[in-house]
Amino acid sequence: MNYKVSVGCSIENLKHVRDFIRGSLKNHGISDLEVSEIVLALDEMCSNLMIHSHQCNPDDLFELHIHVEKDNPLVFELIDDGTVFDINQFSTPALDSIVHEKRKGGLGIRLVKSIMDKIEYKKSGDKTICRLSKSVNFD
Amino acid sequence: MIHIKRLQEDGADIIVLIGEIDASSSIELDLAIAKSVGEGFKKILVDCGALEYISSAGLGVFMSYIEEFKDRDIKMVLFGMSEKVAHTFGILGLNELLQIGKDKVQAKQIVNEL
Repeated sequence: MNYKVSVGCSIENLKHVRDFIRGSLKNHGISDLEVSEIVLALDEMCSNLMIHSHQCNPDDLFELHIHVEKDNPLVFELIDDGTVFDINQFSTPALDSIVHEKRKGGLGIRLVKSIMDKIEYKKSGDKTICRLSKSVNFD
Repeated sequence: MIHIKRLQEDGADIIVLIGEIDASSSIELDLAIAKSVGEGFKKILVDCGALEYISSAGLGVFMSYIEEFKDRDIKMVLFGMSEKVAHTFGILGLNELLQIGKDKVQAKQIVNEL
């Protein structure tokens, strides 16, 4: 099954994105806990895109595609024409340095990398596709 | 969308979180904690019983106060988390860095023992 949504880059839309992800993964036999981890990671990726690549401009749109195929890794694609915010290029800050430097950011990258199995970026025409994948248990 | 209430019990400030905390609403959590600190509370309890979701932006707010609270001898205990919310704190091991109680009674015990 494929699911697709187009989202304006306002962080007010994050709730809508989370609801879309939960709705798409429902009824596929994926555990609530795994769904909630995925929601967390994608929330982070979408908010990074909105804030860092689009300065929260609600008129800028990106697409989120979700591919669910039983007994295969879930695939999530963020398709966008903004500047790439490649989280693979950011080192993962240590937890104690986050605490010590009183940083409010930095946790998100750790979170995405610990939840998703793979994060890849590729160019397609003038679009950038960020593809994340995760193996889950299907009941 | 988060709704935040504050009430005081036994000299502790209780911050009640209702709804979801993400990048658009984490500032409200930050303001509520800052206000509690500004009013001189040394014991802060965070009621997560009606907290349905917290993103890394919200986790980051709690993390950002750890050092300051140590320096200023302020105790903070979170309590009442659902399994999902508790799991979110656990993914990064934040449950080891923050004080988390099961319910309000236990949270009060922890805050008084710290």
